[in-house]
Amino acid sequence: MIYRENGHFKTSYAADRQIFPIPQDRWAILAILAFAFAGVPLLADEYLFRAILIPFLILSLAALGVNLLVGYCGQITLGAGAFMAIGAYAAYNFMIRIDDMPLLAALLLGGLASAAIGIVFGTPSLRVRGLYLAVATLAAQFFWDWAFLRIKWFTDYSPSGSVSIANLHVFGWKIDSPLDKYLLCLAVLTLFALLAKNLVRGAIGRQWMAIRDMDVAAEVIGIRPMYAKLSAFAVSSFFLGVAGALWGFIHLGSWEPAAFSIDRSLQLLFMVIIGGLGSIMGSFFGAAFIVILPIFLNQFLPWLGGLVGLGISTAAVSHAEFMIFGALIVFFLIVEPHGLARLWSTAKEKLRLWPFPH
Amino acid sequence: MAFFLETLIAGLMVGMLYSLVALGFVLIFKASGVFNFAQGAMVLFAALAMARFSEWIPGWLGIESLFLANLLAFAITALIMFAVAWLIERLVLRHLVNQEGATLLMATLGIAYFMEGVGQTAFGSDIYEINVGMPKDPVLVLQNVFEGGVLVSKEDLIAALIAALLVAALALFFQKTGTGRALRAVADDHQAAQSIGIPLNRIWVIVWCVAGIVAIVAGIIWGSKLGVQFSLVTVALRALPVVILGGLTSVPGAIIGGLIIGVGEKLSEVYLGPLVGGGIEIWFAYMLALVFLLFRPQGLFGEKIIDRV
Repeated sequence: MIYRENGHFKTSYAADRQIFPIPQDRWAILAILAFAFAGVPLLADEYLFRAILIPFLILSLAALGVNLLVGYCGQITLGAGAFMAIGAYAAYNFMIRIDDMPLLAALLLGGLASAAIGIVFGTPSLRVRGLYLAVATLAAQFFWDWAFLRIKWFTDYSPSGSVSIANLHVFGWKIDSPLDKYLLCLAVLTLFALLAKNLVRGAIGRQWMAIRDMDVAAEVIGIRPMYAKLSAFAVSSFFLGVAGALWGFIHLGSWEPAAFSIDRSLQLLFMVIIGGLGSIMGSFFGAAFIVILPIFLNQFLPWLGGLVGLGISTAAVSHAEFMIFGALIVFFLIVEPHGLARLWSTAKEKLRLWPFPH
Repeated sequence: MAFFLETLIAGLMVGMLYSLVALGFVLIFKASGVFNFAQGAMVLFAALAMARFSEWIPGWLGIESLFLANLLAFAITALIMFAVAWLIERLVLRHLVNQEGATLLMATLGIAYFMEGVGQTAFGSDIYEINVGMPKDPVLVLQNVFEGGVLVSKEDLIAALIAALLVAALALFFQKTGTGRALRAVADDHQAAQSIGIPLNRIWVIVWCVAGIVAIVAGIIWGSKLGVQFSLVTVALRALPVVILGGLTSVPGAIIGGLIIGVGEKLSEVYLGPLVGGGIEIWFAYMLALVFLLFRPQGLFGEKIIDRV
């Protein structure tokens, strides 16, 4: 009745092409943004920032990058963690080797370095596809794991192999407290989400989707597979690189290559599949689910054990976490193979007919 | 020369063990199109069960003989793996028919997490050992050809023999039995197989059972080599390049691919490793597979990929 495209008459092409054609959507997004920028800082405490909100924001950004590649261009990757690592270490090297390097510039340069290497490791996608490509991208994962561990130049010859960065500031604004970090991550994520949304509804995004749906057919209608696939790898790696740099600089502070291991890659793939392939919104849902679930289980299981009078050891809790995490993932894949984003769009369809469904 | 030969033989032995794990991947992918990331977890699970039962059984039943205890433990572990296969088909795969490859891959990852949790809850999470009476001492061969001879680990030799026997048995099973023929029919074309009355669900259970047996053998061999511990799951990651090098759908490919990767890994580690700082074997295997893929995108022996628009 109220929530629908009909009845909103457009008088200009710009209005016709806007991202959210339904006014309620625009208001909802603005309200969410206002709440995230102004409301959350008033309500959240330090633990919430550190343990949930900041990881959620950064991993959402990474999941967006993976979703552009896997969900929109159809190229499965298991090497996402490697590109986060490249972003983090490249940004680190720019920061320490160039005097007075601004933080934002270092983040972007880290992303660009990651994008360049993403193009190199994306070239097998021109020959192989599907699961073969997935395993081929593992080559990137293991190679860079090794490189950042063994090639000492990348870690500035630090004896322990872990690197750290301190005194972050953006245009004189000192990034110090969890609140500052949260706001910086939120600002970066908002910009990149807008960028992603616009990319996928533009020419390049449509080329990606054509390649995903049937690459030979796409080639026949004049889409260059090389350009489309490699640009997807580049953009995705750029997102991942920036996310990796944020993860290292903002969330961890000091880190080792293990922070970007194969587990991270699998976690990111989980996020986009649980959240929904080919959906910007889905990346956020997936990231929220995967970030919150282990924390929830970690808190909830001992409480449950105490309730029935069983003292559960920490080892048993971590094993039970494994079990429940695995079982929940299988459960979600079975009941909603298209991800949480599909539930969201179903709800929106329902809302369109409400309150007169016939 | 002797040193080169020694490295080569060690590579071939390790390669044989990789192909053992790779075989599990190929069997399941052929029959159901599922890329089974849980193979590593299955190996760990089977090895844990085997190690703990062979430790418990002498106490329970008062059996002294090591051989008998191991045999019983193997039987119990096999039964458990059959139950796991049946449960996976019943609870997971049946509901995911016709989903995309990536979704199935993620589902098997979920299974892997679940099995890692269950295995460690039920059987404990320390390092255990499997003692099936494998000789640990190395032997010297070809002493009359080279000075000093060539050192070969007897354990590796026996393991490679067992792997070869298992492959031969599987080949016989696939070629000569009615069930094997049904399995090959399903691998060729699901719909056609179903239309002539082959029950798909039962075939899937059987193929997961076979993969379970392969996992037990791999678990015993790797477990007695490295000790039964959580890091056994990474053996599966080492076997992945073998699978794509040989072709996802080819049993001989898994064997040949395993040998190539095993030899390539060992030779690169010995001759190339010191130049760049060592520890290169894990990514070298992937790079090797990648180079092969650039020339043959379907792997060495995989079915040719034909595109229809």
